[in-house]
Amino acid sequence: MIRRFVGTVDRATGASPLLRKAMRYLFPDHWSFLLGEVALYAFMVLVATGIYLTLFFEPSLTKTTYDGVYEPLRGAQMSQAYKSVVDISYDVKAGLLIRQTHHWAADVFVAAIVLHVLRVFFTGAFRRPRQLTWMIGVVMLFASLVEGYAGYSMVDDLLSGMGLAIGYSVALSTPVIGGNLGLGIWGGPYPGSHAFESRLYIAHVLLFPVLIGTLLAVHLALVAARHHTQFRTSPRATEKRLIGVPTFPGQAPRSLGLMLAVAAMLVLLGGLVQINPIWQWGPYDVALGTNGAQPDWYLGWLIGALRLMPGFDVTIGDYTLVPNPFWGGALFPLIVVAVMLLIPFAEGRLTGDRGPHNVLDRPRDAPGRTAFGLAFLTWVVLIFVAGSADRATVFFGADYETQMWIYRALVVFAPFVVFVIARRVCRELQLAERLAEDRRAAEDEAEQVSLPVSPVG
Amino acid sequence: MKRWLALLLAVLNGLRRRRLRRSEAEEERRGRIVPPGSPERGWETAVIVLLFAAALCAVGFLVIYAVDSLGNRTQLFGLTLGGSLGLLAAALIIVGRQLVVTEENEEEFPEAEHPREQEAIAQVVDESTSRLTRKRLLLGAGGAAGGALSLAALAPALSLGPLLDTDPLYATPWRRGVRLIGEDGLPLRADAVEEDSFYTAFPAHAKRDDIAAPVVVVRLNPAKLRLPPERARWAPGGILAYSKACTHAGCAIALYRKPTFTPTEPRPALVCPCHYSTFDPATGGEVMSGPAGRPLPQLPLMVGADGVLRAGGNYSGPVGPSWSGVRSRRPGR
Repeated sequence: MIRRFVGTVDRATGASPLLRKAMRYLFPDHWSFLLGEVALYAFMVLVATGIYLTLFFEPSLTKTTYDGVYEPLRGAQMSQAYKSVVDISYDVKAGLLIRQTHHWAADVFVAAIVLHVLRVFFTGAFRRPRQLTWMIGVVMLFASLVEGYAGYSMVDDLLSGMGLAIGYSVALSTPVIGGNLGLGIWGGPYPGSHAFESRLYIAHVLLFPVLIGTLLAVHLALVAARHHTQFRTSPRATEKRLIGVPTFPGQAPRSLGLMLAVAAMLVLLGGLVQINPIWQWGPYDVALGTNGAQPDWYLGWLIGALRLMPGFDVTIGDYTLVPNPFWGGALFPLIVVAVMLLIPFAEGRLTGDRGPHNVLDRPRDAPGRTAFGLAFLTWVVLIFVAGSADRATVFFGADYETQMWIYRALVVFAPFVVFVIARRVCRELQLAERLAEDRRAAEDEAEQVSLPVSPVG
Repeated sequence: MKRWLALLLAVLNGLRRRRLRRSEAEEERRGRIVPPGSPERGWETAVIVLLFAAALCAVGFLVIYAVDSLGNRTQLFGLTLGGSLGLLAAALIIVGRQLVVTEENEEEFPEAEHPREQEAIAQVVDESTSRLTRKRLLLGAGGAAGGALSLAALAPALSLGPLLDTDPLYATPWRRGVRLIGEDGLPLRADAVEEDSFYTAFPAHAKRDDIAAPVVVVRLNPAKLRLPPERARWAPGGILAYSKACTHAGCAIALYRKPTFTPTEPRPALVCPCHYSTFDPATGGEVMSGPAGRPLPQLPLMVGADGVLRAGGNYSGPVGPSWSGVRSRRPGR
């Protein structure tokens, strides 16, 4: 039965040699290698649920009067886009499940990528021959942020409208060409022409998914071409020799199980935990705003950066060169992307080690890298946390302006402190290990020496 | 009859055994690829139970979907579908960890570089172009064609918006004499504006959803106003109007902080909830704190003979978030 099937496939495609190789391709075993897979499976859930949602969503800003089942909005003026999403949530059977699963999947997708990036960084997996794999991963991460932003922005609820206003201000703040750039993207002064909704829509359902999907394919192809990195878990695992579980029968059921587990988690979240209840926010209106509005978590670092920046525009006489949102909304993320893209080359240059590496470091094995990574992470996370200072004001009564100044100081100084401490800790850990090894060696020696004398043996 | 059946069974059994023996022999002759392992009936049972449970959950989803009287139960949908996926996941993970043999194989990493292939590729390119005599010129001409064509292909992108002209950013629907319309759609009367309260108004006969349209209207004690001298007549009876679009990131100025606790909040303030830019309505919209770089544009007001508030002209400055060159001029008359 199996033989006949394999025979048919082989005669039709000639793929048997390839298939056999793929079945026995080796995966080194470590839990942290699954983070990238979680991201991959979340992406698959996003595509599947997203396609379903496009069958109902109407990307149009044409005004209409709501007459659906959700009582509090009856008679309200709203765009077709917003109305169709309220309808997906209330009228389409299982529509809310799919919509919430989609939204949760986006949040989990980005979270999994971030954790995956951290794993890859702190173990040095980005080094030659995998620099390109790393860079493609970084581009995918930021493409995913834009993709997520476009997704929740095209719904045209109050929250998404506020987010778009901020995006518009960031586009406008680009030095010299900002005004033209903003007008170009929006098709006119904010809130822009009706065509803007079509632009968001095609970006969200076609351009960015195709971009991410293509990069994903290249990313995976590169991983396979170079083979996976491994930890030095046994003396057999070396720079030349890979130890691992074959795709089939070992890895396939586990990976498939992980895929279903990710899907299960996302569907359970989508069914049980409410997310982005747009009917509560109401339709967007330029004259309205809500207090305590928070974007999806993966944009929190940008909100923090925009809030943290002291208020000034760079002007030369009467000419405004750099409006304020540029610093937090554009320059800050650009710096983060640039640093991440340059990491593989900077490390090669700083350490002088440009050779290929297949065996991973533990964080302590590279104190400089680990310290830099933690310092950089501290910088970004502090800016992220500063975005929640308003919540601290509401819940604990902490004065907002005072908090801002504390965060500004922390953002400037804390990374250096973290760098020094982290490097020290790594070095101490290394030293402790070396000492323990020396002692063990000495004990072994002593035992060998004392053995013949010992009467018990 | 019985005997026949027994015979048939015996024959079948014999056949099976022979086949088993034959496959074992074959295995020995060929050598296994996947190493052998002993059966794990307990785990097998667990997998079978999990698979049936997953099927049951999926059927549950179908039933809930099909029975209309249950309504649109998102939680039940999530539990049944997610449960089914979760049970299937558990089954597969058990298969992977307990039922299939655990192998730990080794293989060589691929070469990081292939110098011979590199050389061969370079050679092919070299030799293929060896007939060309003016390579530089050809390359330049090719670059010119490619570059110009790319520009031509990109040019239609200019149609996306008024890309080469920032004038639209200065446009506002306000002119001298335009009446203020309240949120209820009725003209906003000066005597309806109370202190310590906060109103939104729109220009009469204009599009509401334009970033320059909405204004916030507040009334302060005229004695406490410290407006620039040229704006002395912009606030009849202490009534002030400011653009509702924050000059930082364009969100609506949706908060009015009337001083409830004077030691920390000495003056009333207009606050944007997005990044907490705070503007002083008494001084003509100066920035008190927060990331905004420009004051909030003020709309001059006057009271018509009918008691309705009207614009006394256009804003004091460009509306909404800043762009390069924003301060170069004021909005149209």
